[in-house]
Amino acid sequence: MKVHEYQAKEILQKYQVAIPKGKVAFSADQAYAAAKELGGTVVVKAQIHAGGRGKGAFTDGFKGGVKLAKTADEAAEYAKKMLGNTLVTHQTGPLGKQVQKVYVTECSSIAKEFYLGIVLDRAKQANVIMSSTEGGVEIEKVAAETPEKILKTWVDPLVGIQPYQAREVAFGLGFSGETFKEAVKLVMALYRAHEETDSTLTEINPLITTEDGHVVALDAKMAFDDNAMYRHPDILEMRDLTEEDALEVEASKFDLNYIKLDGSIGCMVNGAGLAMATMDVIKLEGGEPANFLDVGGGATPERVKNAFRILLSDKNVKAVLINIFGGIVRCDAVAEGVIAAAKEIGVNLPVIVRLQGTNVDKGKALLKESGLKFSVADNLKQAAQMAVASVK
Amino acid sequence: MSILVNKDTRVVVQGITGKEGSFHTKQSLEYGTKVVAGVTPGKGGSLWENKVPIFNTVADAVRAEGANAALIFVPPPFSADAVLEAADAGVGVIVCITEGIPARDEARVKAALRATGARLIGPNCPGIITPGECKMGIMPGYIHKPGRVGVISRSGTLTYEAVWQLTECGLGETTCVGIGGDPVPGTSHLDALKLFNADPATEGVVLIGEIGGTSEEEAAAYIKAEMKKPVVAFIAGQTAPPGRRMGHAGAIIAGGKGTAAEKMKALSEAGVSVVKSPTELGEAMMKALKA
Repeated sequence: MKVHEYQAKEILQKYQVAIPKGKVAFSADQAYAAAKELGGTVVVKAQIHAGGRGKGAFTDGFKGGVKLAKTADEAAEYAKKMLGNTLVTHQTGPLGKQVQKVYVTECSSIAKEFYLGIVLDRAKQANVIMSSTEGGVEIEKVAAETPEKILKTWVDPLVGIQPYQAREVAFGLGFSGETFKEAVKLVMALYRAHEETDSTLTEINPLITTEDGHVVALDAKMAFDDNAMYRHPDILEMRDLTEEDALEVEASKFDLNYIKLDGSIGCMVNGAGLAMATMDVIKLEGGEPANFLDVGGGATPERVKNAFRILLSDKNVKAVLINIFGGIVRCDAVAEGVIAAAKEIGVNLPVIVRLQGTNVDKGKALLKESGLKFSVADNLKQAAQMAVASVK
Repeated sequence: MSILVNKDTRVVVQGITGKEGSFHTKQSLEYGTKVVAGVTPGKGGSLWENKVPIFNTVADAVRAEGANAALIFVPPPFSADAVLEAADAGVGVIVCITEGIPARDEARVKAALRATGARLIGPNCPGIITPGECKMGIMPGYIHKPGRVGVISRSGTLTYEAVWQLTECGLGETTCVGIGGDPVPGTSHLDALKLFNADPATEGVVLIGEIGGTSEEEAAAYIKAEMKKPVVAFIAGQTAPPGRRMGHAGAIIAGGKGTAAEKMKALSEAGVSVVKSPTELGEAMMKALKA
């Protein structure tokens, strides 16, 4: 689960990570009030779940999702231009994301920029702190072009971060004197925030030193482990559904794993691995999957029905491929669910069903006897070929 | 022969009285697995379905029934505790089916297990089966057949797809290990490969991977250097978009890393027969074994 910059900073502040003062604003008036309260020059930052905002452009031609405002009037003006407008960055895709709120922060005088990030290193099965003097740049780019400029510090999951590790990071970034002490404190605090909130990614880019010698997290990005949200109700409250695909949100209500894609063949599969493989086979046969959808091990009639409904509400879908490997779930039960759902919702598209596993013959017979126009395939390859042919 | 579990494996089911635990215990017993004990704290002293003795702790089950493998069906918030309890009781093989365990818990458990010598399989996996001998998990037993090929997979139903083909073409399986779809699995592709490499009955290995992480690349490096047996592989998620979690917590292309293309390339270069479609796994293994 992702959160906005202002929310990430709210969390980090609780852990004593130094951040610039700021206020979130949902309207131009609120932005004005926030700027007045902060005083002096402020920064108005569009809040969307994507990076590259500064270099992004709005669909109406207005450039930049991060703006410097010298007066409160100017801040309100920028907020007015951003709110309700759609921002396109290299991370949003061509459709962009609508800005619902802006973050108004005090303007920091930047002496130097750094990168500081924490993520799970799956190969080492431990969190790694990545730090670099190349701040403000995408870390993937630094990693690809100048990997030697990234310092990696792994933290033992059982003992947690140790002060020597924070010192290693701070020395690595070239800090000394008072700023060194501040940097060590910030690294320790940031790690604690990451660990205790079950964050999967905590990224400060850039981390800065100010002209007056302080170490501050100028930007912040956090994403959290969905599996751990049961123990963080406060963070769960920060979920912004407007940032997510409406169909995906709808699917999640029924415990369905759905991800919208751009193709024309809707897929309904039991199991995540098989669902991915089904998409692969469709593509291999010359088609494009419209979605990833895992109906789960249960695949009860109720779930099948909801899955159908969600699949069909994607207007790009021209055919549906159902691929079920019945294990504990019996194929005849799945077939019954498919038939009931098709009858209830009224499906006018070609539906190709491939069943395998427990009670497969019974399931196939039910589909054939249903009087509905199902095409029954014997194997996955054939099913994909039939689906591709039906949309051509 | 087989790896990790066989006809002598004595299984204790943690969470035996829960809905899932109860259902799959029944299935395992029907398959012939020696389920010798169950654990549900507070229900010790009673019998599950008038058959299997229930204990309050895993340690009690080990002492009284000689359990040497644990099958875990407890909900995510309590899973880490369940795994650690089994390891502390001296259980050697711990299979955790539970989906939805926080990655932080998994990393801590994995680190703690290093000192115990216990092997964890999963979490978020279908389990492990040695056909005809021991089924510890939620896979349908009847699709398996004792045979010649080892199976390692990050996915559930996709594994069944591969197993079904091996069974249909008559090769059969020695042991099938579902390592699970989470970011920090107890057993990696590499761990399972080493075991199959050393198992005299296993003639070839089917390896099923998916996007995310570097488990397949590590396996490729080992195969290139050490593997004495043919390996056939399929990587799911060739068409998956980056940055999206494809169902499994671990199936995500992050920062441009963990793509199917990279994994397929690494495996091909290691001499693995990499198929583009899971429908070709059986055929490719037949060819590899010249069967």
